[in-house]
Amino acid sequence: MSIATDIVIGPPDRPGAVLWLKKNLFSSWLNTLLTILSTAVIAFVVVGLGRWILFNADWSPVVQNLRLFAVGPYPVEQMWRIWAIVYMVSFLMGVSGGRWRGSVQTFALAMALAYTVLAILPISLEYLPLASRLRLLGNVLAAGLGYLLGRRVAIKGRWLALAWALSFALTLLLLGGLRNAAVAPYLPFVESGRWGGLLLTFLLALVGIVASFPIGVLLALGRQSSLPVVKGMCIIFIETVRGVPLVTILFMTSILLPLFLPPEVRIDRVLRAMLGMTLFAAAYMAENVRGGLQSIPSGQVEAAKAMGLNGWQTMLLIVLPQALRVVIPAIVGQFIALFMDTTLAIIVGLLELLAIGRAIINSNPQWLLLDMEVYGFIALIFWVFTFSMAYASRRIETAVGLGKR
Amino acid sequence: MPDTTNVSSDEIIICRDVHKWFDDFHVLRGISVTVRKGEVVVIFGPSGSGKSTFIRTINRLENHQKGDIIVDGIELTDDVRNIEAIRSEVGMVFQQFNLFPHLKVIDNVTLAPIWVRKWPKAKAEAIAMELLERVGIPEQAQKYPGQLSGGQQQRVAIARSLAMQPKIMLFDEPTSALDPEMIKEVLDVMKKLAGSGMTMLVVTHEMAFAREVADRMIFFDQGVIVEQGPPEQIFTAPQEDRTKLFLSQIL
Repeated sequence: MSIATDIVIGPPDRPGAVLWLKKNLFSSWLNTLLTILSTAVIAFVVVGLGRWILFNADWSPVVQNLRLFAVGPYPVEQMWRIWAIVYMVSFLMGVSGGRWRGSVQTFALAMALAYTVLAILPISLEYLPLASRLRLLGNVLAAGLGYLLGRRVAIKGRWLALAWALSFALTLLLLGGLRNAAVAPYLPFVESGRWGGLLLTFLLALVGIVASFPIGVLLALGRQSSLPVVKGMCIIFIETVRGVPLVTILFMTSILLPLFLPPEVRIDRVLRAMLGMTLFAAAYMAENVRGGLQSIPSGQVEAAKAMGLNGWQTMLLIVLPQALRVVIPAIVGQFIALFMDTTLAIIVGLLELLAIGRAIINSNPQWLLLDMEVYGFIALIFWVFTFSMAYASRRIETAVGLGKR
Repeated sequence: MPDTTNVSSDEIIICRDVHKWFDDFHVLRGISVTVRKGEVVVIFGPSGSGKSTFIRTINRLENHQKGDIIVDGIELTDDVRNIEAIRSEVGMVFQQFNLFPHLKVIDNVTLAPIWVRKWPKAKAEAIAMELLERVGIPEQAQKYPGQLSGGQQQRVAIARSLAMQPKIMLFDEPTSALDPEMIKEVLDVMKKLAGSGMTMLVVTHEMAFAREVADRMIFFDQGVIVEQGPPEQIFTAPQEDRTKLFLSQIL
């Protein structure tokens, strides 16, 4: 053994760029061929796509309808309400970025960057007026001020979370307004049929995510219950919903539900769609969470019980935190799916982003052949948000040390 | 109400003719044991003899189907309040440690005092640090269990049980999952605990520990108590053939 002691083996030198290329891309004649071939394919696609985007495509249906894409048929004279919501969210994003740093800060920065790009977008002032551009820059300012506040003032995390929850309630109030005659002149009622575009897509997804999570957890716990009635009802609900396509459920809640309810009970159209999406997502959420619950070794429960914790404490303090941590990737994957499933609301007549796109194409005979542009634009928007969610998921996984402990 | 008329104040655990079945398998076949306050009892025997199952009936991680178990004057029945009352008086240390991996060491120790005893956080943490000091690892308080060695984890588990200030401690093969060089550090902590007058029931194969610390040893085989007595008697003059055979195999 002593022979080798005087030989010090250090880490190998990092290979240079040429060496790396040679080793990874040109190691044999087959690899060389594949490298050249794939480079050619990539170049062909990139050049073709770039040429189409810059020279051949006619972006007029997108450029001339930015407001429709954003909010759909929301009344123009009430647009200040939308802007108020955007300002509020920008400010809160800024504060959160300053308070929590890390990936929240990255998101706040990306948001400010997106506003800036939009504000200086080289399109006619007719379609993106100066006032809107200034408001976008005003939002960058609001986010910046929020950021400074978050950095300088020690705000408790739970207060900030509460502010986000309140902002959601305020958003719904601002969007819908009130029927009450006293406030109607200031905040007139806007029926939910006039909510549309990205705004409606966001609302459907957000409500679906926020509501389906707790319901899904409860269903998962119910399915593990020792009470046969609770367990049976949870299983029936979960398996029924999972056995039916989302389209069917949306039809059920949108069209059949009002038939069963007494005529004086009227549930709003958007709310009915939200209900359908939430129930659908909750059933899948329950199965994801159940997978997490089953991955927790029985020793954890025994240890908690042996210390005198009661059933609820054991579940809330020991089992659920560990179970949810395990299923974060699955849950986020489901949220992403839900976000894209909001496009199905088109079949119950809601004007979310995709439906608006179709309406725009059909609105002008000259745009009938420009569906590539419109759908490409919508796809880009969806990609930006789903990519952000996937990125956030990875950061959360790292933060809670998944796979480490 | 539990039958406490014939319980002398000194007897903290009373088991009378305890039976348990796992489906058709008769695991415990009439166990009667009485443990006095401050007594250290070592339970040993071949695997599958029911010794672990027996100590798990004492805090009702396993229920018994026949017979009586009375712990600190409270009879173990299906009454949830009785069970929770007893569990907060009886600490347990497991073979696999069963620390909570998502909580820091200090939070593992303070969890039950804060949620069951309703102590303020500051008090719970002060006592937790004292206990971590006692088991020799105060410097690990802010780490997660996964960052500790097996021996350190088991010592945290002991501190976690002690934080509830239990009257009885149950040890279910506490050193069986440990690497040999870590067994001693855990046994040392247990010896100190025995010296402080804690009532302890220990399922273990560590015969040197038993000889040094136990007041009484109980030999289990096939769900019955074959023999019991002070360590000198068990080691030097066992009465039963099965005891002799088992001891000759493990010593």
